[in-house]
Amino acid sequence: MKIAVCVKQIPDPATPYELDAESHLVVRPQDQVLDDTDRYGVEIGLQLAEASEGTVTLFSMSPSGSLQGIRQALAMGADKAVLIDDQALRGSAALTTARVLAAAIEREGFDLVIAGTESTDGYTGVVPQQIAEILDVPALSFARRVEAGDGKVTIERQTATGYDVVESPLPAVLAVTAGSVEPRYPTFKGIMQAKQKPIENLTAGDLGFGDDDVGIAGSGQSITAVAPIAGRQAGEIIEDDGEAHLRIVALLEEAKVI
Amino acid sequence: MAILVFSEETDGHASASALELTSKAAQLGEVTVFHVGEGSADALAELGAHGATSVHHMDPGDGLPAPAAAAAIADLVGGDAPAAVLFGMGNTDRDVAGRLSARLGRPVLAAAVDLSIDPVRVTSEILGGTQQIITEATAQAPALVIVRPKAFAANDTGGPAPSTTAVAAPDVGRSGSAVVVERHVEEQEGPDLEAANVVVSGGRGLGGPDNWHLVEELAAELKGAVGATRAVVDAGWVPYSLQVGQTGKTVKPTVYIATGISGAMQHMVGMKDSGTIIAINKDADAPIFGIADLGVVGDVQQIVPKLIEALKARS
Repeated sequence: MKIAVCVKQIPDPATPYELDAESHLVVRPQDQVLDDTDRYGVEIGLQLAEASEGTVTLFSMSPSGSLQGIRQALAMGADKAVLIDDQALRGSAALTTARVLAAAIEREGFDLVIAGTESTDGYTGVVPQQIAEILDVPALSFARRVEAGDGKVTIERQTATGYDVVESPLPAVLAVTAGSVEPRYPTFKGIMQAKQKPIENLTAGDLGFGDDDVGIAGSGQSITAVAPIAGRQAGEIIEDDGEAHLRIVALLEEAKVI
Repeated sequence: MAILVFSEETDGHASASALELTSKAAQLGEVTVFHVGEGSADALAELGAHGATSVHHMDPGDGLPAPAAAAAIADLVGGDAPAAVLFGMGNTDRDVAGRLSARLGRPVLAAAVDLSIDPVRVTSEILGGTQQIITEATAQAPALVIVRPKAFAANDTGGPAPSTTAVAAPDVGRSGSAVVVERHVEEQEGPDLEAANVVVSGGRGLGGPDNWHLVEELAAELKGAVGATRAVVDAGWVPYSLQVGQTGKTVKPTVYIATGISGAMQHMVGMKDSGTIIAINKDADAPIFGIADLGVVGDVQQIVPKLIEALKARS
C-alpha cells in the first residue's frame, strides 16, 4: 500500500505564540516541531505499511526552513518526505494548504492519505476533507480506530452521541484523532537513519501554482483588526495542607450551588 | 441578504448549533436551512420556530453525508448566492464545510464568535482566547463560516413550520463511496453537559481511567455534569460527547471544577467563561491556575475523596 501522511511543523506549543503587528501572521520560529497530533497519523501509516509491505511518504507544507519536525517523523520510520517550503506560501488559507498538499500527493501517487483531525495551532479541522474533495476520494474523518486490508478501510468515527462504524474502498483520505493508536518513540537507530532519508524540496511553482494563487493573496480573506482580549485573572492559589477541600466547600457555598 | 445555515439531525432534533445559527441569521436576513438527516417533524418545526423560512432536506441514507451534502449545497448556491453559509463545530458540519470549500474554491472562516454581513466579517478568538481578530471575506459570495458553539443564543420566536423541499442526494461517484455499516449510541447519565449549573471535568492528572469514578461521584454529589479534556477522550477513558474544549463542547456553568487538568489552550477555550472556576492540580505551574478563581495545588486523589465526603456530610 502506498501511504501518504500529511504532517505539520508548528512552533513549539510550550512557547507562547506571537502575532506580527503588521502582517497579523503568527511569528514562526526557525526551529519547529512535529505537531504532536500528527504522530498518531504517522504511527497508523507505519502499521498499515508494515502489514502490506507498503511505503510511507510524508507530505508537509511549511514556509519556515525548518526540518526538525520532518526528521522526527522520519525517525519514527517513514521512508521519505516531500516538503513544500516556500516563502510565497506564508499566510495561506487552509484551502491553499489542501490544494498544495493534494497536488504533491497526486504527483507521487497514493492508496491512502492520512492526516490528523486538526492541527494544534490552527484547529480549523477542514484540510483533510478539502484534500479528499480535490482528489475525489471518500474521507474517513474523526477516526478513533482504524483497520485496513483487502482494498478497504474500516474505522470507528466519533459522532455527537457515540460512534459509527464506517467502511470505505481505497483510495481514500483518513483523518485520525489522537489516541487512535500509541505512537512509537524513535529509536537511536531511527534517529540516525532519518538523517540519510530523502527529503524532496518543492516550491509552489513546481506544483503549478502562481504567486497569486497562494499565500495572503490567494487566501480570499483579510484580517482587518487584531485586539487583545482582557483575560480572566488568576484568583487565590493555595497549597493543599490536608484541609483544602474545606476551602472548596466554602466557595461552593458562596456560589450558591450547594 | 439571504443566509444558508447547515443543520444535522440527531435523535429527531436539529443540532443546538443549527438553532443558534438560525436565530442569528434571522436577525441578519432571510434564513434557508440545509438540513441533513431523517427530517423529523420535530426537527423541522424547531428550525421554523427559530426563524427559518425554508428548509432543504437531504436524507444521506447510509452514506457519509459530507460529499453529497456539499455537492447539493454547491448546486443550491450556484445561482443566486447567499451572503454566507454558516456551520457549527460538529464533526459533520466541519466535514461539509471542508468539502464545500474545495468545491466552490472559497476559504473557510473558522472559529467565529461574532458575525456581520455586507461585507461578511467574522470575529474569532485565537491563541487560546487571548487575541481577537476580525477577518473579512474578500472572495466571491457565499462566505463559508464555522461558528463556535454558544456564540449566539437560540431564540424560539414561535415562527411557523418552514416550507420544506426534499433534495435527492446527488451522485458524487467515488467521493461518496464510504458507507456507515453500524451506528452506536453511548448512553450517558446525569444532566446535559452544555446546560448544567455545575460541571466537574477530569484530565490526565487523574492518573488513569480507574480513577474516573472520582469525577463522576463529585459531579453526582453536586448534581452536575461530567466533562473531560481531549487528552482523556483521545486516550479512550470516556466518550467524545464529554469533551469540553475547542473541538468539543463549550460550557458556561455557574461553577466549573477542573480536576487533574493542566489547562491546554484547546480545553480552556471551552470553559473559560464559566462563573467560578475551581482547579485542583499537583503542578503549581499549570496554566489552568492562571484563570482559576480558586487553585488548589495538591493531589487530586487525596483532595477529591475528602471533598466528596465533606459534601455528603452536609446533605
